[in-house]
Amino acid sequence: MTALLELTDVTKTFGGVVANDAISLSVKQGTIVGLIGPNGSGKTTLFNAITGVIPIDSGSIRFGGREISELLPGDIARIGIIRTFQQPRIYRAISARANMLVSASIRTVPFARLFHRAEPEAEERAVELLDFVGLAAKQDELAGDLSFGQQKLLELAMALINEPEMLLLDEPTAGINPVLIDSLIDRLKTANRERGLTLLVIEHNMPVIMGLAEQIYCLAHGRLLAHGAPDHVKSDARVLEAYLGAA
Amino acid sequence: MPDALALTPTRLILIAAFLLCGVVAPLAAPAYQTQLTELLLFIVFALAWDLVGGQMGYNSFGNVLFVGVGMYVCAIVQVGLFYNVGLYTEARGGGTEFIFDESQFLIGLAVGLPGAALVSALIAWLLGSLVLTMRGHYFAICTLGLGIAAGQVAAGIPWIGAGSGMLTPNPPDSLGDVGLLLYYLSLGLAVTCALTFAWLLSTRFGLALNAIRDDEDKAEAMGLNTHAAKVTAWVIAAAFLGVAGALYGNLVRFIDPINTAFAGATIGVWMILMALLGGRGTLLGPIVGAIVFQVTKELFWTYMLGWQRVALGVLIVLVAVFFPYGIVGFFRDRFKDKGRPAEEAP
Repeated sequence: MTALLELTDVTKTFGGVVANDAISLSVKQGTIVGLIGPNGSGKTTLFNAITGVIPIDSGSIRFGGREISELLPGDIARIGIIRTFQQPRIYRAISARANMLVSASIRTVPFARLFHRAEPEAEERAVELLDFVGLAAKQDELAGDLSFGQQKLLELAMALINEPEMLLLDEPTAGINPVLIDSLIDRLKTANRERGLTLLVIEHNMPVIMGLAEQIYCLAHGRLLAHGAPDHVKSDARVLEAYLGAA
Repeated sequence: MPDALALTPTRLILIAAFLLCGVVAPLAAPAYQTQLTELLLFIVFALAWDLVGGQMGYNSFGNVLFVGVGMYVCAIVQVGLFYNVGLYTEARGGGTEFIFDESQFLIGLAVGLPGAALVSALIAWLLGSLVLTMRGHYFAICTLGLGIAAGQVAAGIPWIGAGSGMLTPNPPDSLGDVGLLLYYLSLGLAVTCALTFAWLLSTRFGLALNAIRDDEDKAEAMGLNTHAAKVTAWVIAAAFLGVAGALYGNLVRFIDPINTAFAGATIGVWMILMALLGGRGTLLGPIVGAIVFQVTKELFWTYMLGWQRVALGVLIVLVAVFFPYGIVGFFRDRFKDKGRPAEEAP
């Protein structure tokens, strides 16, 4: 299988702070890859770099063989990379269901198609996905009135209904009801298996990411510390040191 | 919650009753025909402002630009189809040379109104590509400047009368009450505007505008072409503002570049006030706001002359303090709380 997303020596500095120092990673088509590291290690910066929110200083980001480091966020979204945010970002003043309907396949829908009501299939899928994340009963509430965790789930559902090629998730289980986490992971695995959705996931919950990802990259202080299969990374001395401060 | 825009039987009856009132009103109260026509145009102003300001969250202080452009374009077409515009304005529209017969007057309007829509829309499209890349305060200040600049530019063009303004064609006496014609044209425009917006807001385009208002960067990151959506909304609003301006010019009959056409301090502020008063971001809000505003404005102007602007200022403050979400927002919240089940989720 070829690499869908390929980062080569991506470097981003903010003044004297090197947030990403020559990071290289690759995510194969149809796989789930984890990105871990202590707070401030540059994970979210890397997401911002991939999605075009911040321009990188040097290096290359290729998606499906195409250089995307010069593209704007909207263009990157339209070629298939959708992300969620650490702090959930939803459309506050419209209902949860409206959030879903406006997101449905929005990156591929021709502009003129917007001048139609949402298709019945989209409505169905919206309700089905909301039901899955446990928000069916809240579908008519304003998204801004939902709790933090519910907003995070809504944002994930919005990303899924958008049907991206690749989904970048920034701490998808933070603030989520633990009971729901397992089914959330199942859902992501199912989307990965059945739709071939490629996932790159930032996660602090180790059991979750170890069980979800096939490959894990660990960052610390902006550098790539280790990468490999979960078991391999879990036992890496440098990773333990970065997390626990001692080996 | 039922679809906010669904046509339930109650709503259909209400709309029908409303329309009937609209059709009968000038016949029942001929003394108020001008004020009623103005009200209908105000409804269009408020609705058009709210599409961009309320639904999309881009607070424009320069929508008078499109009102004025529509006003001038229509007048120029009305005159220009039959006479030399420069000579007409030089003669201050008077004299015996510039007589418009029935068909000339009607043809002028028939061509001028769509012309106003087209030119306003075109200017919105050209400007929008630049202006709509700005956000928040920058957008507000920029549009404010555009409205003021337009007035100054118009006041400097002798061909359209410069600072002395321009008269719209004198309707021939044989046409009877042209005011009634203007009223029904305005009614048609207001209904078309409300229906068009109701349809727009029922589509995913309407949701896209709300998404831009709530989090534009998120919408872009989801792959929505936010720029195209913003420009489209702005162009649609401008087209309606242009036609409303064209009718307003014919209603007032005299186009002063700064006090009628690009009247930022009156119409420009009023249209925002009406939308806020009724409830921004709703379809009904701007309509209700325009009605309440026009009634209070006329009352203030009649009974509090000299103090009318003070009274209007007090009204603005009261609305901001007691009805931050407008009249429609106020009642919606009341209804919602009553309808909400008592128990709350843990």
